[in-house]
Amino acid sequence: TTSTQPLRSDNKVTVHFINRDGEKITVKGSPGDSLLDIVINEDLDFDGFGACEGTLACSTCHLIFDEDVYKNLGPVTDEEMDMLDLAYGLTDTSRLGCQICLTKSLEGMVARVPESVADIRQSKDGSS
Amino acid sequence: VRGSGKAFFASCNPKICVVGSGPAGFYTAQHLIKARQDAEVDIYERLPVPFGLVRFGVAPDHPEVKNVINTFTQTAKQSRCSFYGNVNVGKDVSIEELQQAYHAVVLSYGAEGNRTMGVPGEQLAGVYSAQNFVGWYNGLPSCQELNPDLSCETAVILGQGNVALDIARILLSPVDILKKTDITQPTLEALERSQIRNVLIIGRRGPLQIACTIKELREMVNLPDTRPEMVAADFNGVAEALKDVPRPRKRLTELMLKTALDTPGEKEQERRNKASRSWGFRFFRSPVEVLGDPDSMRVVGIRLAVNRLEGEGEGARAVLTGEVEDVKCGLVISSIGYKSVPIDPSVPFDSRKAIVPNNMGRVQHVSGLYCSGWLKTGPTGVIATTMNNSFDTARSLVEDIDSGTLDVSISKPGSQSISALLEKRGVKPVSFSDWEKIDNAEMKKGEASGKPREKLLSVEEMLRVVQT
Ligand SMILES: Cc1cc2nc3c(=O)[nH]c(=O)nc-3n(C[C@H](O)[C@H](O)[C@H](O)COP(=O)(O)OP(=O)(O)OC[C@H]3O[C@@H](n4cnc5c(N)ncnc54)[C@H](O)[C@@H]3O)c2cc1C
Ligand code: FES
Repeated sequence: TTSTQPLRSDNKVTVHFINRDGEKITVKGSPGDSLLDIVINEDLDFDGFGACEGTLACSTCHLIFDEDVYKNLGPVTDEEMDMLDLAYGLTDTSRLGCQICLTKSLEGMVARVPESVADIRQSKDGSS
Repeated sequence: VRGSGKAFFASCNPKICVVGSGPAGFYTAQHLIKARQDAEVDIYERLPVPFGLVRFGVAPDHPEVKNVINTFTQTAKQSRCSFYGNVNVGKDVSIEELQQAYHAVVLSYGAEGNRTMGVPGEQLAGVYSAQNFVGWYNGLPSCQELNPDLSCETAVILGQGNVALDIARILLSPVDILKKTDITQPTLEALERSQIRNVLIIGRRGPLQIACTIKELREMVNLPDTRPEMVAADFNGVAEALKDVPRPRKRLTELMLKTALDTPGEKEQERRNKASRSWGFRFFRSPVEVLGDPDSMRVVGIRLAVNRLEGEGEGARAVLTGEVEDVKCGLVISSIGYKSVPIDPSVPFDSRKAIVPNNMGRVQHVSGLYCSGWLKTGPTGVIATTMNNSFDTARSLVEDIDSGTLDVSISKPGSQSISALLEKRGVKPVSFSDWEKIDNAEMKKGEASGKPREKLLSVEEMLRVVQT
């Protein structure tokens, strides 16, 4: 992806990420960017996100969507499903962020970064 | 629960050292440096080159997996992180000495031992552990003498995890594909001469208990010039049992069933007919004895016990039926697991589980000592798993600094005193910029033959490049 982006913001698509602490972070990306591109371009601090740099070899870019958004995300390849199968907290509406390209029709979408197993265990420890 | 970044009472910086520069070492360092703006982290590594199993384990035809190296390199280049390669902890410097020099020591030295089958004949020529075999094709200096004889037709791999499939793939891949990877030159030459036409991948239990993941299985199914050969009867009742299993296991099993039982389409049938090599899973079998030729002391076959399963699902147990079966083969590779080893008698070690006993990465009964990666969890999972458990350990350590459990108020000398010790002992550490010299030399050497890199195969050669 290029770092030079059009200045006109009306061309951009708004994306809301919900990070592991439950905070909502709103950013904009250009159509054609992957969700991983946006995380990198906007310097979003999701620990360990995108370890294989978008080459479908890690599942650390796992994101969870609402049902209606999920349906709009386009087809899933077998290879993406294969990597997703290794993701923590896999859901029926999980996808890999490096495989999803922004389109205008995704304006305002919400993408949730799932907790890692470690986080889950730790919050359980903390509450007991 | 992140670190506050600054301690109120301490004026000196927390000095932490990490032992081992695989994913665990680097991910632990990354998190520590980020969570504490004042932390200084030194990474000690036995070899002159960093990255552990990313360099010496991950298969050469999986270059994408190795992209994690870019992030590790960023971490190593931070001003608060230093790399000391060519330092064998436990031998060149003791853990106690490191503990004196640093506020905290994190053990991330992985799982370098291997489990043995424990059957007669294991010592015969032509029998290798997966670890040594993988080390050989990936250029691990200590494995370069292996020189396996690949002049037989059938190879048997014991174990059905991803490492077993990596090995099967390397043995069967068309050499033209491997030529474009960073597989070592001696390996390429050996594979060019290889007569292996058939690889059997053997498991104690059944298809529903197989340990590989679907990506690796799909690669086998699609491997050019090979055809799968399974035993249909092994899959009796498997389809029926699939209803209630979680999605990953379900998709994996469905792909196996399709490969083993479905009549392929015309194109796939043609592909399979033309293939010159084959591979297949064999289930419900345990090794009893490796059979050798009494004159050459070379392996000529393997005796397998036939098992049946007791119980269901992941927890099913293999029970001997009393029947045995002999399989002819000239190469046996046991891929039944890696195993951590103790490196210093002062560190607690659970030899049954082969891990350092710990609580969220805090080594039991020793304050200031932590562990992460395969040493902490045992040798399972992918790099992402190692990443999470390493972040977890780093979080525990930061929590301990923040809470005062780990005292960082007394200034510690860190690398200064260790460097002096090493010098006295004649050990010359390799820095990260030294490694970059090796890196460049390897990439340049690879360029000549159209490979991403040609690895240097001995520690001496690596050190020679550093000195130029
Ligand atoms: C054959 C194989 C293939 C794999 N393929 C993949 C894959 O495709 N994708 C994936 O996600 N995961 C893969 N994995 C898993 C992945 O490699 C591990 O999850 C990960 O490397 C574990 O990290 P670690 O840092 O705990 O151990 P290691 O990577 O083993 O690192 C340990 C480091 O410590 C050093 N060390 C050892 N003893 C000492 C000492 N005494 N003093 C100083 N340093 C020492 C070692 O030299 C090494 O650099 C594979 C594993 C294997 C074995
Ligand atoms: S970044 Fe690794 S799979 Fe998406």
